Amino acid sequence: MTRTRHIVVVGHGMVGARFAEEVAARDPRGERVRLTLVGAEPEGPYNRVLLSEAVNGQLRPEELALPEVAAPNVTARSGVAATALDRTARRVHLDDGGELDYDELVLATGADPVFPPVRGLTDAGGRPADGVTALRDMADCRRVRELSRAGSPLVVLGGGVLGLEAARGLNEAGARVALVEGAPWLMRRQLGREAAGILAERFRSLGVQVHTWRVAERWVPGRGLELDDGRTLAADGVVVTAGVRARTGLAADSGLAVDHGVPVGDTLATADPRVHAIGDCAQHPGGGAGLVAPGWEMARVLADLLTGSDPGARYTGSRDITRLKAAGVDLTALGAAEPGEDAETVTVSDPGGGRYAALSVRHGRVAGAVLLGFPEAAATIGSLYTDDAPVPEDRLALLVGGDRSEADTGTDSGGGDATVCHCNAVTRGQLESAWLEGARTRCDLAERTRATTGCGSCTRDVDAFVSAMSDRDTTPVPAAT
Amino acid sequence: MTTTHCPYCALQCAMHLEPDPEGRPRVRPADFPTNRGGLCRKGWTSAEVLDAPDRLTTPLVRASRDEEFTPVDWDTALDHVAGGMRRLGSEHGPDAVAVFGSGGLTNEKAYLLGKFARLALGTSRIDYNGRFCMSAAATAGRRAFGLDRGLPFPLSDLGGADVVLLAGANPAETMPPMMGHLTAPRLVVVDPRRTATAEHARTSGGLHLAPRPGTDLALALALLHVVHAEGWDDSDYVAARTTGFDRVWPHAAGWWPERAEHLTGVPAGDIRRAARMLGTASRAYVLTGRGTEQHSDGSDSVSAWINLALALGLPGQPGSGYGCITGQGNGQGGREHGQKADQLPGYRRIDDPDARARVADAWGVDAETLPGAGPSATEMLNALGSADGARGLWLVGSNPVVSAPDAGRVRERLAALDLLVVSDFVLSESAALAHVVLPVAQWAEETGTLTNLEGRVVRRRKAVEAPAGVRTDLEVLHALAGRLGQPPERFPADPDTALAELASVTGGAAADYSGVGPHRLDSGEELYWPAPAGGAPTPRVFLDSFAHPDGRARFVPVEHTPPAETRDDTYPLVATTGRLMGHYQTGAQTRRVAELAEAEPEARVEVHPDTARHHGLAAGGLARVSSRRGSVLARVRLSPGIRRDTVFLPFHYGGEAAANNLTNPALDPVSRMPEFKVSAVRLEPADAGGEEERG
Repeated sequence: MTRTRHIVVVGHGMVGARFAEEVAARDPRGERVRLTLVGAEPEGPYNRVLLSEAVNGQLRPEELALPEVAAPNVTARSGVAATALDRTARRVHLDDGGELDYDELVLATGADPVFPPVRGLTDAGGRPADGVTALRDMADCRRVRELSRAGSPLVVLGGGVLGLEAARGLNEAGARVALVEGAPWLMRRQLGREAAGILAERFRSLGVQVHTWRVAERWVPGRGLELDDGRTLAADGVVVTAGVRARTGLAADSGLAVDHGVPVGDTLATADPRVHAIGDCAQHPGGGAGLVAPGWEMARVLADLLTGSDPGARYTGSRDITRLKAAGVDLTALGAAEPGEDAETVTVSDPGGGRYAALSVRHGRVAGAVLLGFPEAAATIGSLYTDDAPVPEDRLALLVGGDRSEADTGTDSGGGDATVCHCNAVTRGQLESAWLEGARTRCDLAERTRATTGCGSCTRDVDAFVSAMSDRDTTPVPAAT
Repeated sequence: MTTTHCPYCALQCAMHLEPDPEGRPRVRPADFPTNRGGLCRKGWTSAEVLDAPDRLTTPLVRASRDEEFTPVDWDTALDHVAGGMRRLGSEHGPDAVAVFGSGGLTNEKAYLLGKFARLALGTSRIDYNGRFCMSAAATAGRRAFGLDRGLPFPLSDLGGADVVLLAGANPAETMPPMMGHLTAPRLVVVDPRRTATAEHARTSGGLHLAPRPGTDLALALALLHVVHAEGWDDSDYVAARTTGFDRVWPHAAGWWPERAEHLTGVPAGDIRRAARMLGTASRAYVLTGRGTEQHSDGSDSVSAWINLALALGLPGQPGSGYGCITGQGNGQGGREHGQKADQLPGYRRIDDPDARARVADAWGVDAETLPGAGPSATEMLNALGSADGARGLWLVGSNPVVSAPDAGRVRERLAALDLLVVSDFVLSESAALAHVVLPVAQWAEETGTLTNLEGRVVRRRKAVEAPAGVRTDLEVLHALAGRLGQPPERFPADPDTALAELASVTGGAAADYSGVGPHRLDSGEELYWPAPAGGAPTPRVFLDSFAHPDGRARFVPVEHTPPAETRDDTYPLVATTGRLMGHYQTGAQTRRVAELAEAEPEARVEVHPDTARHHGLAAGGLARVSSRRGSVLARVRLSPGIRRDTVFLPFHYGGEAAANNLTNPALDPVSRMPEFKVSAVRLEPADAGGEEERG
């Protein structure tokens, strides 16, 4: 019998935990691999995506816990960080003095929040100052909740997806929120100016102040955030959501080349074939960092490869869909923000209605879309994009609803051929004949034609028929035969 | 005039049968709690089946499939069958002969068929077509509640609800009189098609959620996510009456509505709206049907819906609940009395030593002689005629070459048998492959009990004489058992005697029928099981406690898994199957009713107009729908209410039109339910003609 291979996973977040789950599903009895996860955070893995729900108090922090992986071959160690990686010895050194030898190493270290260079925001050691927090982990979540007592003014610094979700969550929970974005408009990575303008108005109408193209100058604890136009936004706290930076230190210190993240190919191996990277710390040519779905997809592919379940599995990039989770704002952005000249784009802009839609199509497939306030179209176009399915010819109908195409049956003329009772296929003509034969009540008509006896939904129509005919019809009922 | 019940679905609508001027039976609806004086088109025309022009009235025998059938007398046919069964048994062991029953059989027939398999044949190989219908919901119901009764409350209770969620059910077309109970509540309908039921929901203040086929489980988890996050769950109920929420929540937590939207295609806002409707209703029901159950994760899907119902505090509360909408006429009773591979009468498990002892004692045999659990329907059919399978098969009231998944393979397996015996009243597609066909009586020609979707036992009464030459299933069982050496009294041919034995054998079991008898039924008493002798029947189970030893319902942690087969460039669409208004099951009955056959004469494929255009299909043209297993020829019907990635085919037709030529025999690991509802397919025009496309 061959020795089981030891996989060490550094980082026990959503992607590391999913990887363990996928491995356990493929090798439930531990016949092929043994897995050790190390995570620096003191608690077990939790659902980072739901931090904004915890911030607004909908969920308690412990309710963010991910499902436990109960498998004999999976060991998780919380509160332990990897300090060094020795790729020659294939060994990871830990901050509790221990070390782990590996056959395969998986980096799932995620990303750190970025604190922009604003005076007073961080201390000399780069730690957040009083009243300042990121919103990246559970500890941040607790800090935000402490800062966000109802009614207290808060600033959210950074107008990307996380910033908007945090701003709306805090605003829902009763805080007075101002959002500051240094770029000319919100969600610069995903949106054009026009859509972003409508989005900003939508947020303002919900009670969030929005300041775009404004650079923060200085954070003054107890007072607020000074902007480059000289204004000061009074605030008890500032939540920094100004982007993340992949955690690549361990890889870099071990001599691996790093860029924005740790470069990986389609097998998710780094330049060292024994070292792999998945999730936000990985940099794949097909993109995918920053969203959880691609990280999970990478976890699935790598589990296939490292357990031997599917040696042909490959990660070839992802079809990113950015879906804002903010109550009262329905925003989806997918594909290319600027799809290029060979794409044709249908745009619907409705600033007054707070709605905007742009759908770009190339070679009959969705190349990109921004949908603000078009929930049904967002779901449909999202499916078309995910499946790379053909886009219908009537793109406007796809956006605004109202199929122009009709079914080939069931379009009743309203005349004598119109079906009144679908269950029993009774037409108005048949009811009229029954009337002429003496049926004068709904019961008589049912007896003769079966109308109303199926699902009963035509009862009202038959009653209306009876009353209309009674008004019109003065001929005596034929004598019973 | 005879008052009886419809031959078709599990509503078991009551009807009067009386002779028309020519002396042929004519149907009038009767007042009854399920149909309240109504009937659907199938019910109205059901008497016509009694006059089917191709009715079989003499047994048919042939030595091989290359020969024509020879009409023979009953003794010759039965001797041939018994001789063949005996020979196969002695040459290859008792499991060489298999029995395949039906959810259309009466309780008495289902009971005696199971007894016949275990005693007269000694085979473990018995299962029934209910495996294709009810097994997923039954499994999930037993896991959650300790007991499976389709609706654990009377159907009429639904009318008092504020909100009813229907997951994968389309009663407006499949069982129209049920809609009479759903006029007051607002409906949430989960279906990839905008069915008549979904349309009703949309136009009466409800919602239609159209998930991608195979993603219902994730949708249910997302609903649970919202219900809990918004605080709409009933925490007092969860604490007092359930266990296991903490293990379920982490899975629901992972399905926030926007993520579920990405997978299911259901707008996140609609998921929230549906959750709000359910969460803020004071009385609500969650009901499941085949659409959500017939998947390779069918029992987990139902568990997900039950978890939602439990979090909302519905099951076992007056005026609220969870239920599964049984489809076949006796889909409920048929799963209780021993024609399932793993069960003995009374819903006892065949691997439970106490149950075996109790039943063996009642049957006057040694418990050791009872066979153990056999393979499930699909596995049994797929092994026929192979080294690991049976070499002889008796089909009773079922037509698996049309109804089983991957029908082409089933046809092959039936053709590989040494002996195929089919009991039916017409030469169905399966009977046409038989060595021996036994012509049997049908519903209005014999008496017996059925258990409808509410767990209510009803009595079908004989209204007309069967044609000369036809025997009842009970008479056939009696005669065959005798030829196989069984004492005649073990297999009574009289239905009331069989019922008395069934009642006695099920005494004390989960499905206790010991208090059911002809007199109580004829008096109009509402006999919902458990109906113990000398005790009251049980219209509503679970009001005081659930059937687990601790009295609590169990949350069962479940997670979405993708369907068993994926789409690709060759098979880019999903085919899903179901029923039409005018037909029932494989159409063996309804296709023989002129009015129904005329209304829906041929297979159709419902396609979104955009999808049709993309694949070069025109309304009214013929399309070939192909999967990795087989293909279907069907008439194109454009339907803007269906998802663009999905096509729908009814399963009522045979041969080249059989939807199950496409379907995937991948099985749910727990219930062994096949994946009828998701097949990867492609669409092509199959003719040059067809009317010009509209729109």
